[in-house]
Amino acid sequence: MLRFIAMRLFKAAIILIAIVTLNFFLIHAAPGDPAAVMAGEAGAADEIFLQQLREQFGLDKPLLTQLGLYLSGILQLDLGFSYRQQMPVADLIWDRLPATLLLTFTAFVISLVLGTLAGVLASARVGKWSDTIISTVALLFYATPLYWIALMAVLLFSVQLNWLPGFGYETVGGNFTGFARLLDIAQHLVLPALTLGLFFMAVYMRMTRASMLEVSTMDFVKTAKAKGLKPGIIQRRHIFRNAMLPVVTLAGLQAGQLVGGAVLTETVFAWPGIGRLMFDALAQRDYNVLLGVFFVSAAMVLVFNLITDILYRVVDPRIRAS
Amino acid sequence: MTFQDKASPILTIENLQVALPEGADRPFAVDDVSLTLRAGEILCIVGESGSGKSMSANAMMGLLPDLVVPSGGKIMFDGMDLLTLSNAERMEVRGKRIAMIFQEPMSALNPLMRVEDQIAEVFEAHGLLTPKERKARAVELLTEVGIPDPAKAATAYPFQLSGGQRQRVVIAMALALEPDVLIADEPTTALDVTTQAQILELIADLQKSHGMAVMFITHDFGVVAEIADRVAVMQFGKIVEQGTADDVLKNPTHDYTRKLLAAIPKLDPNAVFEPIKSKTILEVIALTKTYRSGGGLFGGPERVVHAVQDVNFRLGVGETLGVVGESGSGKSSVGRCLVRLQDPDSGSVLFAGDDMAKLSGENLRAARKSVQMIFQDPFSSLNPRTKVGKIISEGPIAHGVKPSVAYEKARELLELVGLDKSAFDRFPHEFSGGQRQRIGIARALALEPKVIIADEAVSALDVSIQAQVLDLLAELKERLNLSLVFITHDLRVAAKICDRIAVMQKGRVVELGPTQDVFNAPKSDYTRALIEAIPGRAQELEAAS
Repeated sequence: MLRFIAMRLFKAAIILIAIVTLNFFLIHAAPGDPAAVMAGEAGAADEIFLQQLREQFGLDKPLLTQLGLYLSGILQLDLGFSYRQQMPVADLIWDRLPATLLLTFTAFVISLVLGTLAGVLASARVGKWSDTIISTVALLFYATPLYWIALMAVLLFSVQLNWLPGFGYETVGGNFTGFARLLDIAQHLVLPALTLGLFFMAVYMRMTRASMLEVSTMDFVKTAKAKGLKPGIIQRRHIFRNAMLPVVTLAGLQAGQLVGGAVLTETVFAWPGIGRLMFDALAQRDYNVLLGVFFVSAAMVLVFNLITDILYRVVDPRIRAS
Repeated sequence: MTFQDKASPILTIENLQVALPEGADRPFAVDDVSLTLRAGEILCIVGESGSGKSMSANAMMGLLPDLVVPSGGKIMFDGMDLLTLSNAERMEVRGKRIAMIFQEPMSALNPLMRVEDQIAEVFEAHGLLTPKERKARAVELLTEVGIPDPAKAATAYPFQLSGGQRQRVVIAMALALEPDVLIADEPTTALDVTTQAQILELIADLQKSHGMAVMFITHDFGVVAEIADRVAVMQFGKIVEQGTADDVLKNPTHDYTRKLLAAIPKLDPNAVFEPIKSKTILEVIALTKTYRSGGGLFGGPERVVHAVQDVNFRLGVGETLGVVGESGSGKSSVGRCLVRLQDPDSGSVLFAGDDMAKLSGENLRAARKSVQMIFQDPFSSLNPRTKVGKIISEGPIAHGVKPSVAYEKARELLELVGLDKSAFDRFPHEFSGGQRQRIGIARALALEPKVIIADEAVSALDVSIQAQVLDLLAELKERLNLSLVFITHDLRVAAKICDRIAVMQKGRVVELGPTQDVFNAPKSDYTRALIEAIPGRAQELEAAS
């Protein structure tokens, strides 16, 4: 197992360097650079000023040299400096990371738990009205554009009913501390986390339902019935565990994207997370911030892929052996 | 046999009727079936696919598919009618009073649970023993069914066991609570012939030592001859004949039984095959193929399987060479190397002056035309979304024949293999297994090959259909002067149609000779073991002498 993990980490490092390099060239292939954007905003777009900015940012060096500098920085865990924000990129990301993780992780748990539960329920009552209702509701959340659900949630629960705050991470000027602050953040979290979670819940629900139904027709389920086992035990021990394999795959894929953030949700709810950081950096051609966000999210995808594969080995003895 | 006299009925099926959903090819899966099971007796239910034999068994266990329901009759067991039990009563009977073993040992066990846990579940389901005692009993049961190293097998996962071992685990689970009745639904069909012989012996032994009543479902009269006390023959959901094994096998009274018995390829020790002295059309020299998995740049230890090792044989014009062996013996790999579906690692396949093993590109394409393959599974080897006519004419068109000419030829071929011309515009799913295999043959013939490789071409077919397809192959071979490499695990089939036989074991040819020599005077121990394991052979030889 340790050998397997070491090998995978080694492979992951190579993949990560490849991703960083590819991103580097892709970003530089886009028209415009941070100097041009900053000069444009300052209303001083003359060549000398631009040249100065480029020298200051190191943009005047040959592209390969820039890449070499960036990669050697990465190896020392230095993600570079954002001239736009006048802050090290790592600090910028570090500041935003908790908010994003809080939002995406909550949504992830909501979608995984509710989705799997709903899928199990629907499969146990396949063809009955409860199955139809669960499937329809799930489909409704999946088919409706995320930002529309977000806006409607804000309109209903914040504007009309005034139950929950509709934007931000905590109450501006609230100056809460301790438990009161936690409660404040939790209240702000409800709407964005539910919006995001319900969207993905539909995917888990449909996959769990289909997988449970497929497994329930397998021979070993018949063997279990022939033993005289109770339906509940058969459902739990034989069908559910086998049906979870594809769900674990999906969860791994989704978990990898937790850090990438939810650009739409964060934008609608003014959630100060990485998604918004990336969106702003894109508009401002803030190369180092963009590359930094890409780097961190790529690293997370790889880490969660590894976790998924380890989980697979725990769940399925056949994979452990191969 | 005098079991009827000494044993009283333990389970009686009275006029059982099981309805199929609307739109099925007949209204009842099981129609007016009456049977009696007695303690200490093995009752074989024999029939071809769709005869209703499995449905009868599933009705007893309450394991019928959702849309299939019992619509009449009774199944009386210990004063209860099994058809009218509540769910709780049914769970009480299942596993404890009536146990069942299934056809497919590969899929009958939960892949994610250890063997001991799966056996322990039987006790758990009926609230017996402590968890620790359950595991101890599991090892005892595994010992009783003859698994090597039972303690280790108990903690294994199913995928770590062979097919025969898994079937022993399933049998151990069925025996756990000493049931009165054991239902075995084709328990040896998926197994190799030597493993099958062992499992049949095990079931017969256990039946005697536990005094159970066994209902044994099979399509194979050889198996019936080995273990049955009494036999019931089913066709289209009805029992057409039942009686003692001796009576039914030796003096069948119903036409269908006679037809089934006649369709079994006979092992005739006196049959003489004229040696084929024609010139060689295909010669295989030192063919070798090794599979490697794992390993690679970052992987762990490499797994190496020597599938084909130094295989040599020649095939004469008009000859049928049988390649027989058990699963994993490398017989299919040889076939695939011959048509270059797989590239051999080394060795030569000489055909018409070319080495097929070394050809590439256009030359390989041209040579492939002359060596065609018929596959095992008539269901998955035909593209379900392509019309039959297209399937057959695809090959010739790819080789430059004008479509109109190829279509005309396809229609002729359909008639040649005994189908109607109208089959041209239909899809594969509209045909039965035997008809599809005829389509597969027509497809192979479309390229006017000189050599045909038939890989288990009749293994998936019922015995009566099997006989028809074998006759068709023999007739076509004669008419078109084809040479045939016939790959099979079924020695009866090989004995019927092959001129010479090559016996393969672990990638090597251990014996090669004229069919009657291989059967009557086998030189290798392995060949002898294979022949002795053929179900029903002893009884057949006894009857013949």
